[in-house]
Order: sequence, then structure tokens, then C-alpha cells
Amino acid sequence: MNPAGSIKFLYAAYIATWLIHGLYIGSLVRRYGRLRERKKELGK
Amino acid sequence: MSSLRSITLATLTKDVRLEWRSKDAINSMLFFSLLVVVIFSFSFDPNAEESRQIAGGLIWVAFLFAAVVALNQTWARELRNQVLDAYRVSPAPANALFMAKVLGNFILVSLLEGLMAPLFMIFYNLRALGPAWQLIPVALLGTWALVVNGTFFAAMSLRTRSREIMLPLLLFPISIPAVQSMVEATRIILTGDGAARFWIVLLLTYDVVFTTACLALFETILQAE
Amino acid sequence: MKRAFPILAAVTALLLAYAFYEAIWVAPMERTMGDVQRIFYYHVPSAWTAFLLFFVNLIASVIYLVRRNAKADAVALVTAEVGVVFCTIVLVTGPIWARPVWGIWWTWDIRLTTTLVLWLIYVSYLVLRRFSESSQTPKLAAVLAIFGALDVPLVYFSIWFFRTQHPQPVIGGGGSIDPRMLHVLLLNWLAFSCFALLVSWARYRLEMFKREVEEAEALESLLVAGSGAQISKTQIPLSREPQ
Repeated sequence: MNPAGSIKFLYAAYIATWLIHGLYIGSLVRRYGRLRERKKELGK
Repeated sequence: MSSLRSITLATLTKDVRLEWRSKDAINSMLFFSLLVVVIFSFSFDPNAEESRQIAGGLIWVAFLFAAVVALNQTWARELRNQVLDAYRVSPAPANALFMAKVLGNFILVSLLEGLMAPLFMIFYNLRALGPAWQLIPVALLGTWALVVNGTFFAAMSLRTRSREIMLPLLLFPISIPAVQSMVEATRIILTGDGAARFWIVLLLTYDVVFTTACLALFETILQAE
Repeated sequence: MKRAFPILAAVTALLLAYAFYEAIWVAPMERTMGDVQRIFYYHVPSAWTAFLLFFVNLIASVIYLVRRNAKADAVALVTAEVGVVFCTIVLVTGPIWARPVWGIWWTWDIRLTTTLVLWLIYVSYLVLRRFSESSQTPKLAAVLAIFGALDVPLVYFSIWFFRTQHPQPVIGGGGSIDPRMLHVLLLNWLAFSCFALLVSWARYRLEMFKREVEEAEALESLLVAGSGAQISKTQIPLSREPQ
């Protein structure tokens, strides 16, 4: 084990965590946008 | 209780008789099982010592695939002839139908295993160093574990897109403790290294828990189709 | 109620930032592993949060089966989805941590393996919900959740015994924990729990919005069909919105 070089794994883990959360929240935003479109279609 | 048993028996004998007459499903499944054994034999060619270690895993994975092929056609006939609708409106207990299907699948898959096991023994030159008779409860309990949940999930998958892939997708994760038990028990019996008792007891527990769950919830999902 | 969401969002953001600061700069350095050990402050809270979410899913599923309450079903769907997200993070950070410390990506560590099986079960749950074309999908999903819950103790036992036969490294250590580290761990867990609540709430509102739109679309197509008018293409509700 190399404590000096292993710091990049720490970065990787934290970045991966927020990347995954970000992707999920992004998908929620996209789905919301699409639903708003559909609702607008209904109103017509 | 006797009506449950008689309906179960009637449905089971009907299924067995129909299958025996046409031999559709069983023939293609037998050939499929043979192919699986051969392909595995080409893919993994270990020496005698190694093969005893890994044979448990290979055999049960092969059985798992054969079982899925068998399970996928469980409800095909019922679906074609609207039998499930009839069951929904009849006072007959749904569990009778379920048990009949499970028993039918159990017989079918056991038959396939009975064919594949000797072939594996031949291709891998297997010989059990431990108590070989213990392989029987392992096979019985393990097959039941796959078949009881498999029949249940086959019913759940009836009204899904890609029905054939839905069954293994649902079955495999839930079956993990059972498959691990079967594989480990088989490995221990073949290598004679340790006691398989824990795994056999775990398999038994798994079977009891999930048979109960399936019987308790089958009516619910039958109504759901 | 409407204002609670932005307030919670602000509080959560602050908590997450503070917890991050503590994890990286305040928590003491671990003796054997060095700074890499700080992954622990993200890995473990994510696991606890995922398990909590799946537990809520189980409760909601049982409530749905007993009461047929549509909101319970929505909660079940939401917690399953968010739970899978957190579970994915556990499965990604685990190996990232294991690699520099133990030299291997994967080990049949009991908690990590149980998490993997839970992930598989809940992904199959989400696949069932998406692919099922029965009108009673919520009921089927609820039954699957119960099967999953029954499976988990069996999974735990089988891995536990497997490990006594095949000794493997334990990720995250089993021993007692330095109280300063425990403090940072709990802080991060609080922050991530608030975050999970926030995301689940947002997802729940999205789900309710989706059901509202789908109902309106169904109603519209019924009315249009009833009046004998031409149904234009845009008004036919899609039973499966491409995601």
C-alpha cells in the first residue's frame, strides 16, 4: 500500500459519489421538463 | 384440505399426461441441457483436483439455466387457454394450481438434472471424496428452491414486456443464498473437505421460508394479472 | 409546506459542506491507511442511508398490500429508486477504497456483498416496475419487495458462513472506532440522510406530477373519443413515456 499515491483514490471516490448523485438529479430534472411539455400539450 | 390436494393432483396429472403425449418441452429441454454440459466442458477443462473444487459451481449454474428454460413455459398453456381467468372466478383455491405447477416443474427439472449429472461426472471424471449420498438432499432441496420461486416469478412475469428475460432477472438475485448453498455443499461433498451440514440446513430454511411466502402471496399475484 | 423544501435544501447543502470539511480536514488521519481512509466517511453513510431507504420501501410495500393506498405505492417506488442510487455509490466507493488499501478491487466482505445482493434485488424491482404492463404492477412490486426482505437475512448468513470457510479481508475494519472519527461519521450520515430526504421528496413530487399528467391525458382521450372527434396524434397518451 502506498499512502502517498493513494490520495487519488480518495478524490476518485468523492468525485464518483457526487457524479452519481448529479446524474440522478439531472435525470429528475429532465423528466420534470418532459412532463411540463406534456402538460402544455394537454392545455391546447 | 382434501379439495386442495385433489385439485393439485388433478392438475398435476393433467400436466404430466399432456407433456408425456407431446413431449415438446421435454425433448427440447433435454437437448438444451446436453448442449450446456458440452459447452461447459469445452470452456473449463480442469484436472481432477481442480475439477472437484469447481464442479459444484459449474453443475449448478448449468442446472440453473436449464431450470429457467423449463420455468419459462410453465404458464404458457394456461395463458393460451385462459385458464387463469377461470381460476380467478372459481372458488377453487389458487394454491392448488400453484402447487401443481411447482410439482410439475420439480419433476421436469429433476429429470433434466438426472440426465446432466452423469454427463458431468463423465466429462469431468468426478468422484465424490466425501459422503456422496448427501448430494441427494442437496439436489432435492436446491431444485425445490429454484422451482418454487421460479414458478412464482413466472406468474409475476406473465404480463411484462420481454417475459422470458424478466423471469431470470427476478429469480437470480433472490436465489443467491440458495445457489451459494448448493454450490458450497456440492464442493464440500466432492472434495470431502468439511461438513456440508450448515449449507443443507440453510437450504432447508430457504425452502421453508419461500414456500410459505409463495403460498401466502400467490392468490395476490394471481388477481394481479 | 411549499417553503419547507427550499429551507431543507439550504440546510442540507450547509450540512454536506460542513461534513465534507470535517471529513477531509478535521478527522484524524488513520494510522495504517492514511488519507485514503477518508472514503469511509462517504462509503458508510451511503450504505446506512440506502438500507434505511430500502426499509422504508418495505414498510410502504406492506402498507400498499394491506390498504391499497396509492401514496404508499408512490413512496415505495421513490425509496427504491433513491435507494438504488445510494447503493450504487456504496458499491463504487467500496472497491475504490479496497484497491489501494488491500490491493484487490473486490472481496467477499459481508457488508459489501450483502449490499450487492440488495442492489440486484432492487434493480430487478425497478425493472419489473418499468417492464410490467399489468394494471396491478404496484401489487406485484410490493410482493417482490417482501420477497427481497425475506431474502436478506438468508443472504447475510450464507455469506457469513462462506467467509468462515474462505477467510477474506474485511473492509472498514471490525474493531472499535476513534470517537473523533465516529463524530465525523455520524455528521456525514446526518448530512446524507437529509440529502436523501430532499431527493426523495423531489422524486415524490415528480411522481405525483407524472400521475396527474397521465390521468389527465387518459381522461382527455376518453372525452375526445366519446365526442366522436378525430383523435390527433399528440393526444394519444403513451403508456410508456421514453425515459
